Amino acid sequence: MFVPGNNPGMIRDAYIYGSDCIMFDLEDSVSVDQKDSARFLVYEALRTIDYGDKELIVRVNAPDTKTGVDDLEAMVRTRKVAIRLPKTETAADVLGCEKQIERIERENGIPVGSTRMMAAIESAKGVLNAEKIALSSKRLIGIALGAEDYVTDLKTNRSPEGIELLFARSMILLAARSAGIDAIDTVYSDVNNEEGLRKEARLIKQLGFDGKSVINPRQIKPICEIYTPTEKEIEKSQAVMDAIEQAHKKGSGVIALNGKMIDKPIVERAQRVLDLAKAAGVLGEGEDQA
Amino acid sequence: MEIKKIGTAGTMESSDIMVTVMKNKEAGTSIQLTSSVEKQYGRKIQEVIRRTLEELGVEDALVTAVDKGALDCTIRARVKTAAHRACGDENYKWEAKAN
Amino acid sequence: MSRLELNEIPHLEEIGSIGDVFDAARIRKNYKTLAERQATDNKIVPSLEEAVRLSGLKDGMTISFHHHFRNGDHIVNMVLDKLAEMGFRDLTLAASSLTTVHEPLIRHIRDGVIRRIETSGLRGPLAEAVSRGLMEVPVVFRSHGGRAYAVESGKLKIDVAFLGAPSCDPYGNANGYSRDNDDGVRCGSMGYAKLDAQYADKVIILTDNIVPYPNAPFGIPESDVDYIVKVDQIGDPEGIMSGATRFTKNPKELLIAETAAKVIEASGRFEDGFSMQMGSGGASLATARFLREKMLKKKITASFALGGITGSIVDLYNEGLVKKILDVQSFDLKAAQSLKDNRFHQQISASYYASPGNKGTAVNQLDVVVLSALEIDVDFNVNVLTGSDGVIRGAVGGHQDTAFGASVSIVVAPLTRGRIQTVVDRVNTVVTPGRTVDVLVTDQGVAVNPIRRDLIERFRGTELPVCTIEELRDKAEHLVGKADPIPYLDRVVGIVTYRDGSVIDLIRQVKED
Repeated sequence: MFVPGNNPGMIRDAYIYGSDCIMFDLEDSVSVDQKDSARFLVYEALRTIDYGDKELIVRVNAPDTKTGVDDLEAMVRTRKVAIRLPKTETAADVLGCEKQIERIERENGIPVGSTRMMAAIESAKGVLNAEKIALSSKRLIGIALGAEDYVTDLKTNRSPEGIELLFARSMILLAARSAGIDAIDTVYSDVNNEEGLRKEARLIKQLGFDGKSVINPRQIKPICEIYTPTEKEIEKSQAVMDAIEQAHKKGSGVIALNGKMIDKPIVERAQRVLDLAKAAGVLGEGEDQA
Repeated sequence: MEIKKIGTAGTMESSDIMVTVMKNKEAGTSIQLTSSVEKQYGRKIQEVIRRTLEELGVEDALVTAVDKGALDCTIRARVKTAAHRACGDENYKWEAKAN
Repeated sequence: MSRLELNEIPHLEEIGSIGDVFDAARIRKNYKTLAERQATDNKIVPSLEEAVRLSGLKDGMTISFHHHFRNGDHIVNMVLDKLAEMGFRDLTLAASSLTTVHEPLIRHIRDGVIRRIETSGLRGPLAEAVSRGLMEVPVVFRSHGGRAYAVESGKLKIDVAFLGAPSCDPYGNANGYSRDNDDGVRCGSMGYAKLDAQYADKVIILTDNIVPYPNAPFGIPESDVDYIVKVDQIGDPEGIMSGATRFTKNPKELLIAETAAKVIEASGRFEDGFSMQMGSGGASLATARFLREKMLKKKITASFALGGITGSIVDLYNEGLVKKILDVQSFDLKAAQSLKDNRFHQQISASYYASPGNKGTAVNQLDVVVLSALEIDVDFNVNVLTGSDGVIRGAVGGHQDTAFGASVSIVVAPLTRGRIQTVVDRVNTVVTPGRTVDVLVTDQGVAVNPIRRDLIERFRGTELPVCTIEELRDKAEHLVGKADPIPYLDRVVGIVTYRDGSVIDLIRQVKED
C-alpha cells in the first residue's frame, strides 16, 4: 500500500489495514517544497513505530539528484527498508542507485548488500530493457509497472480492459521470472470502482503477477480475495502432494493421480497453491505440504 | 546550526504539529506551545522539541508550535525540518543505528 | 321518580366507592360544536408566563425537559430565560440530557435561578464550566433507564415538565411530527417526553404547530397534559435532524465495523429471530451495514431493532431483514418518517426502553448491542462521560442499560484517537461497570472480558484478531507515550449514578493552570 510521505496521520496508521507491504513515498506524491519534510517524517517514523511483520519499502527521488541522494542517506541508515527506484529505464540506472547505496552502507558499518531494491518501470524504454534491469543487481527483490507515466510515454491512455498495458505487463513478468524476482502490477486509481479493481486483479493474477500496488485500504480486501485459493483448488493441490508422498514411500518412479501423470510442473503449481493458501491463512490444521 | 530566518514545517491536520522556528531576541530557547492534548502531553512535547533542537546544535530559538495530537516521531521530524529551513542548512545528518 | 335515600343502602360504610345522591341541576351540557369547543374551551393558554403561573411553580421546585431536539433545541433556553425574568430561584433542572446549545444556562446558574442539575449528559461550554466548579451542588448523571426508574419510583419528583412538541391539538395530544401538514419541525419518537408527561405533577406542552383534534395516533396522550403554549419556534430543524445519517468512508471506522460484524457472527447470537441495538457513532452504524451482508447471505432476519433509531435500521426494515422497530429516539428524518408511516415502528417511553424497574424492559430482550466509548480500562469499565483531560464532554445515555440487558455487549473504538489512548489502565470516570461489558473491538485487535469464558471459547479457532486487553493498552501506550496524570481538586462536581440509583463514581473539579 502506497503511503504519501508527508502525511503523519497515514504514516502512523499504515500497518492496521492488512497489506503485505507498506510503501512510503517520497517522490511523486510529495510536492517539491516538502521533500525535506517527508524525508524527516518517514525517517523518524521508521525509527520509532513498530510496523510488525510488514515489508517496508521507500520510493526515493531520482538518485542522480541531491534530493534522491539525501533520501538514500536517510533511508539506508534505518536498515528497515528496501529502496524503490522510480522511472527505471536502464540497467545503468539501477547500478547508479546501487553505487550510492553501497557507499552509504560502507560509510556506516552496514553490511554491504543488505539493503534490497525494487525497480519501477514507467516508460517504453524501461519496458524494452526490462530483462536487463531485472538481472542488473542481486539486491533486486522485484520489478513493478508504473502505468500512468508509461501510457503517457506511449501517447495513449488507460482503458478498462487494459490492452495498452498488455505488452508491458508481459515483458515485466517475463523479466521478473527470468531473474527469479517478483513482478508487481500497477495501481488502480479509481478507488470507488471495486468491480473494475477486481477485474484487473483477476487479469494480472492469470498473467502470473505476484501482487498489486494499492493506494487505499479499501482496495486490499478484494485483491486478497482474488489471490486466495479456493477450497477446491486447495483440495486438488493437497491430493497431488499426497500422491507424491505416497509414491516416495513406495519408491515408485512414475506418479499418477486419477489416471493422469503427475510431473514436475504440476507438483510445482500444487505447491504454489498451498503456499498461497498458507500465506492467506486459509490452510486448515492437519493440512501440510509434503 | 545558526538561525538566519524563519522556518516553518507541518500542518494543522490531525496527528500533525505546525512548528515555526526563528531567532529568539533573548538568550536561550523559548517555546510557545498550543496543544489539543496540553494537560496530558504538554510537558512531554516541550521536552521533545527542546531535545531535538539541542541535538541539532540550534541555540537561542523562538519556537511556536500548534499541536493536533502528533506523536513524538512526528514532532521530532517537524522540528528538524523547520530548524533546517530556518538555518538554510541542507547538510542533513542521520543516525546509522535505528532506535 | 321517588326520592332516593342513601341510608337505604345496606353496608353503606363498607362501600367507599360511591358519592352522594345525583342532582340533575348539576349537569350543564355543552351545546357548542367540536369546532367551536376546540377554538375556545381548550388547554391553550395565551402565554408561557400564564402557563407557569397556572402550574403553581415555586422556588426550589424541579422542572424537566426532554432532549429530542438535540442541538436544535430552543425550549430549555426559552423557558429558563422566562423563569429568570419572572424571578424564580433555586430550581432543580432535570433534563433528560443537555447539549452545547444550552450554554446560556451558565448565566442562570450564576444568577441563582438554577441550583441543581440532573441529566444524562453535558457538553460544550456548560460542561466545561461545571468541570471547573461552576455549581455548588454536584450535577447528578443518570442513564436513560436510571432516570426513568428514579422518576417512576418517586426518587426524582418532577413538579413541572416543559415539553416541546412538533404538533399538538388543543387538548394536548402531542407528536414528534405532524400528521396534518408539513409545517413544523420533526423529531420522531418522543420516548423521553412520554415518561415525564406521565409522572410530572403539571405538564406544559410548548408547540409551534396546533393541529385539529384529535392528533391521533399520538405519542403523548391528552390525559397527561395540563397546559399548552403556542410559541414561534420550538427548535431549529438543522440542529434537530440530519437528513439521513451518512455512512462513514473512514477506513479505520470501516475496519472496526467489519470486525464487529464478524464478532457478532461468531458470538452465537447470530440466529434467525435475533434482536439488536446499534449506537449512532460512525463505526456502530457501519457495523449494521456489514451485518446486513451476512444476514442476506445466511438468510437471517432480526425479530426487532431497538434504539436510538437511524435510517440504516429503517432500510433493514424495508428490506425485510428487521421485523419490528422499537424507537425511544429517532436520530434522522428517515427514522422519523418511518415512525409516522410504519405500523411496526413503535414509539416507546424511556421506562419501557430501559428502566430496571420493569421486568419486561426492552433492553433485557437484546441479543446484541454495539456501543461506543471514550475510554475503556483493563477491567472493561467504560467511560462515556469525561475526556482524557478530565473535562465532562459526553452523556451516559443508554450505555449502562443496554450493556446490562444485552446477551452480548460489544464496545467499538479506535485504539487511539489522535494522541489520546482509548484503552487505558484506569478510566477517568467509571460509567458502565466492566462486569457488563463483554467484548472490545478496536482497529488493532479484539479483547474479550475474561468472565465471558463462553465467548472466549466461541472465538477460538476463528480468524478474529483476539488478544488481551492488557496487550491493547500496552500497544496504545507505546504508540502515544505515557500521559501525565490529570490534576484534580478534591471538590466533587458530578455524581455518576448506576441505573439502580447507586453511586458508581464521582467527578472532581479539574485544576486550572
